[in-house]
Amino acid sequence: MVNEPAGPPAPRGTVVISSVASDAHTWNLVLLQLLLEEMGYHVVNLGPCVPDALLVEECVLRRPTMVVVSSINGHGYTDGLRLAPRLRARPELAATPLVIGGKLDVVEDAAERDRQSAALLEAGFDAVFADAHATDLCRYLRSGDSAGQPSGQSVGRAAPRTVAGAQGTTP
Amino acid sequence: MNGPRRAAVLPGVDFGEFVRGRAAAGTLVVQPRMGFDHPRKMRAGLSATRSAAAVTVGTVTLDSYTRLRDDAALADALARGRPLNGYPIVAHDPAVTAAMLAGLHGPDFPVQVRHGSAVPQDIFEALAALGLNATEGGPVSYCLPYGRTPLEESVRNWTRCVRRFAELREEGAEPHLETFGGCLMGQLCPPGLLVAVSVLEALFFQQHGVRSVSLSYAQQTHAGQDREAVAALRRLCGELLPAGSWHVVVYAYMGLYPVTAHGAHRLLGAAAELAVRSGAERLIVKTVAESRQIPPIEENVAALEFAAAVASRTARDGRSDTEDSETYQEAAALVHAVLGLGPDLGRALVRAFARGYLDVPYCVHPDNRGRTRSRLDGEGRLRWADTGALPLARNGSDRVARGVTSAELHADLHYVRRTFDRVDGERAPLTGGPAPVRAREGLPGGSSKADRTEGL
Repeated sequence: MVNEPAGPPAPRGTVVISSVASDAHTWNLVLLQLLLEEMGYHVVNLGPCVPDALLVEECVLRRPTMVVVSSINGHGYTDGLRLAPRLRARPELAATPLVIGGKLDVVEDAAERDRQSAALLEAGFDAVFADAHATDLCRYLRSGDSAGQPSGQSVGRAAPRTVAGAQGTTP
Repeated sequence: MNGPRRAAVLPGVDFGEFVRGRAAAGTLVVQPRMGFDHPRKMRAGLSATRSAAAVTVGTVTLDSYTRLRDDAALADALARGRPLNGYPIVAHDPAVTAAMLAGLHGPDFPVQVRHGSAVPQDIFEALAALGLNATEGGPVSYCLPYGRTPLEESVRNWTRCVRRFAELREEGAEPHLETFGGCLMGQLCPPGLLVAVSVLEALFFQQHGVRSVSLSYAQQTHAGQDREAVAALRRLCGELLPAGSWHVVVYAYMGLYPVTAHGAHRLLGAAAELAVRSGAERLIVKTVAESRQIPPIEENVAALEFAAAVASRTARDGRSDTEDSETYQEAAALVHAVLGLGPDLGRALVRAFARGYLDVPYCVHPDNRGRTRSRLDGEGRLRWADTGALPLARNGSDRVARGVTSAELHADLHYVRRTFDRVDGERAPLTGGPAPVRAREGLPGGSSKADRTEGL
């Protein structure tokens, strides 16, 4: 019961895109889906208001090349801190590249935003895109230090990093 | 209800009658999208709406925890005094809400409760207990875009709630329901589908006993196309709903809103002009602050008064509601295809989505087929890029399926913001879209030249 285009497996593997439990926005998810499909990934878009348990189960089932969590309602920081350990607790997902981005909190202060991003990395994310463009994710992927390997190959955990983009650009 | 004290129904409060009466007298009714958590602030907002220099109706918008039935999060937020993004009508004691409304809600200032829930049983119970007889939503429009509730479950929930709501008539309060179907996805849904879902939800409300309805249509990307869409909506209402039972409500743009004050004003002004020219009876406004935050009371009042002022110097354009158009043909084809799926409209709607007769572009809900795509053409009109399995004749110019790239979608999503924020003679901050539009022209197609009846 997910929105998944039919078609042959994409060369670069499957990416699971998901919102967080509290967020009903979807345009950010749709844009990310198109971008990642254009890059050659097969995308499973879990849509809005995804309960933590559903995201964990879908990821265990599908063994994605990467998990992209996107949220723009301002609760992504809180939801992400809770979510990452739940994904990492499953041995199958211990090394799966896991990134989060969007409008993750309502704070305007850059130092506070950096502190939150560091906390999300500590919680288990491999990259944090606070107030960033969807295209920042693509640049990150093209830079080659994360996912992008065919499904089934272990890519290992990339060096954790944060990316801060222009303010308020994710629709 | 399990026995809470019921507030007496206020006799004579009739939302639909009020709006139709004011519109017949030549005045557009304007309404904010207002909701505050604290009863005192909510009352201040309603009071300011009532005393604004405009003919208004009141709005109580509920918070998202109440909409999603997240009782634990709501209780936690209330206990800690954390702010909510709307009024928690289920959590507050009915006596508190009755006091909040006392002396404001009445025959000359009916109040509508707005929520956005696919599981609205508790909300409807709270309304019935308070004798509040105007609200909005729909089994499709409050389900597909925003959550994970299966469509079949939403239809079941809404069937039960509409029937319960209809019983208010026996208590002396004519219940009124507005469709949200004309606002699906906020942006980029082609007008034919918006009109069709709005009409189908109104028919659903009437099938389950609520006679007084209003049908929404949200301003999109092209003034001429929007004008055509409201005409198509009115024509279908005339054909399918009892005379005197309905009115049309236009929503100011629901997508990415301009971030500049001049852009926000021009867009709201264009919405007010659309409403008056097309004969719509009511307008739901947006504020200058909309792109950044929940707007404060004074911004809501300013938006109401600005829209009313624009409306007062605009006249109905004299075009007939019976004109034929591409939007009418498309909406009529969709409506009749769904009506042909069985006499129970709720079941027909579920079947229609399963078959792809209704399919909302870019909607990722599991019960939406997701085969359709939309895009803007060079003039800013919303077009189908792919009609999927929609039961539409394949003779139009945009019936050829084509993909939409992420860059195109990004540009289309930002088109209205970009166009309206642009200052005369300057390049837009994001280029690559359609040709620049001069400020006073507003939406493309909205100039006096395009207002001529184009032999449709």
